[in-house]
Amino acid sequence: MSNVIIAETKDGTIHPGTAELVTAAGALGGGITIVVPAGDDSPAAAAAEISGVERVIALVGDCFATYDASSWASAIDSVSPAGNLLLSASADGKDLGARLAARRSISVVQNVIAIEDGNVTYPIYSGKAHETAALSGDAVITVRANTFAPAPGGGQADIGIVNQSADVATAVREMLAKASERLDVAEANIIISGGRGMGSPDNFSQLEEIADVLGAAVGASRAAVDTWEEIPHSMQVGQTGKTVNPSLYIAVGISGAIQHLAGMRTSKYIVAINKDPEAPIFKHADYGIVATWEEVLPTLKSELQSLLS
Amino acid sequence: MIMLKNGVPVGGLSHPLGWMVKTMPNIAVLVKRVPDTIAKITVVDGSIDLSGVKWIISPYDEYAIESALQHREANGGSVTAITLGNADCDKTLKDAKALGCDELVRLWQDGWESLDSNGVQSILAGAISDLGSEIVYCGKAAADTDAGSTGPGVAEKLGWASISNVVSVSFEDSGVEALVPVAGGQAKVGINFPCLLTIDKGPNEPRRPNVRGIMMARKAEVNLKGGQAPAATISVISKSTPPAKPPGKTYHGAENVPAVVQALRDEANVI
Repeated sequence: MSNVIIAETKDGTIHPGTAELVTAAGALGGGITIVVPAGDDSPAAAAAEISGVERVIALVGDCFATYDASSWASAIDSVSPAGNLLLSASADGKDLGARLAARRSISVVQNVIAIEDGNVTYPIYSGKAHETAALSGDAVITVRANTFAPAPGGGQADIGIVNQSADVATAVREMLAKASERLDVAEANIIISGGRGMGSPDNFSQLEEIADVLGAAVGASRAAVDTWEEIPHSMQVGQTGKTVNPSLYIAVGISGAIQHLAGMRTSKYIVAINKDPEAPIFKHADYGIVATWEEVLPTLKSELQSLLS
Repeated sequence: MIMLKNGVPVGGLSHPLGWMVKTMPNIAVLVKRVPDTIAKITVVDGSIDLSGVKWIISPYDEYAIESALQHREANGGSVTAITLGNADCDKTLKDAKALGCDELVRLWQDGWESLDSNGVQSILAGAISDLGSEIVYCGKAAADTDAGSTGPGVAEKLGWASISNVVSVSFEDSGVEALVPVAGGQAKVGINFPCLLTIDKGPNEPRRPNVRGIMMARKAEVNLKGGQAPAATISVISKSTPPAKPPGKTYHGAENVPAVVQALRDEANVI
């Protein structure tokens, strides 16, 4: 059996989650090839250094400048050997994974959180249950970030360079920059989120100050997004927002409605700050602080500053 | 010769005098019946007890229906709502009818109880081909699986372009412009027919049915179709309750903030 990892790249380097995909592929068993689609071959070197990788294919093409589903699927399919295909369960990874599976007429399993004895487990019903499935034949598997330990470095895989592009079917006509350069919740390893308990959208500036200390993204509950138009939907964590899986999630003034829990309950560590000791969020928190955010946030900021600077 | 599908000319009308008559889009929207997102999900002996659960149209599919209806309102044409499932799903289609969809198609036959993604996508793609649709809308993911495989998979089976996670759409004669989130902000992306868009929650709240729509839906006919489906290469072996998290520590009062910060460093190793 063989496994092919499709790496994501950003700013000329492979995504750190690639090493987690190597561990997931190891759990399936068999050889591991990494395909690195990019505008040039420079990100491939880092993929070759991941321990356990047999071969790296630097897939170089003009179409890889921005994500375009059909051209990427066509170009990547043509250079990827047969086997299981593994991708990160990011927005683009899930989209591309579904296309590659359809193209090869094989099954796709999204959001995998465990692999054991050739069976894959993934959450269903917003994480209220898990489902385990057996694979008979090759499949495309997308893996949730932060669920597999990254494979160590020290590898020396061969790198082959393949030039292969495809016709892009979509055209970016205009880029609308975000108001701030802040990290997106879908990409952040630490998230601090505010709910309606913050009282006013202006008070989110206190969350931003703490986010700056931690290198975190700022998120929001659905209640906050629906109540204040200053809080954009792109910040929303939960069932009709983004599903996140950071190593640390700090919920401030968020009661913990089921819709919100659906989007963040698999975070590695959860801190809840709420004045209501009965708030459901405390049942899911590793560390709960029963107090108002007005009391907690200034101390939290100064404690983090003295620890991290 | 003019090809008509559902009364809509396919591929443009070429008039003997040489001018083109603008065609009205044949629009399809894929909908799925799912348990209400606030439903309690209980695992009993490795399977899930869904008796007593309220069933709804998957929330992102409601945004997809809204986009499809706005497309028709802007450029004419017709909207066909398509679902894959047993007779219980007629209710889902009629809910889509009550919102304003024109035609209802349910895809089902015996033996389709354990389809995998490849089977589902093959059946849907076949039905869309038969309808002659130029554009397909669907939710970015179904609320039950949160997989998001169906839209891009169907587009690939059809050999179509697609854009996923679209938050708003502007309608043009030969395609659409989609607003999508990208690293660093949002992008306006153009795409030509035929194409598929998966829709995320956006500024346009889905409409609610009115009394006339609900009356129309009662009388609406559901067009039932079967077809060919490839065998599944994945089989579900069990369902389970997620392992309970060990109880956390709760501190009363802001004076405990330093202790929590220290624990995040020493116990959790996350800062």
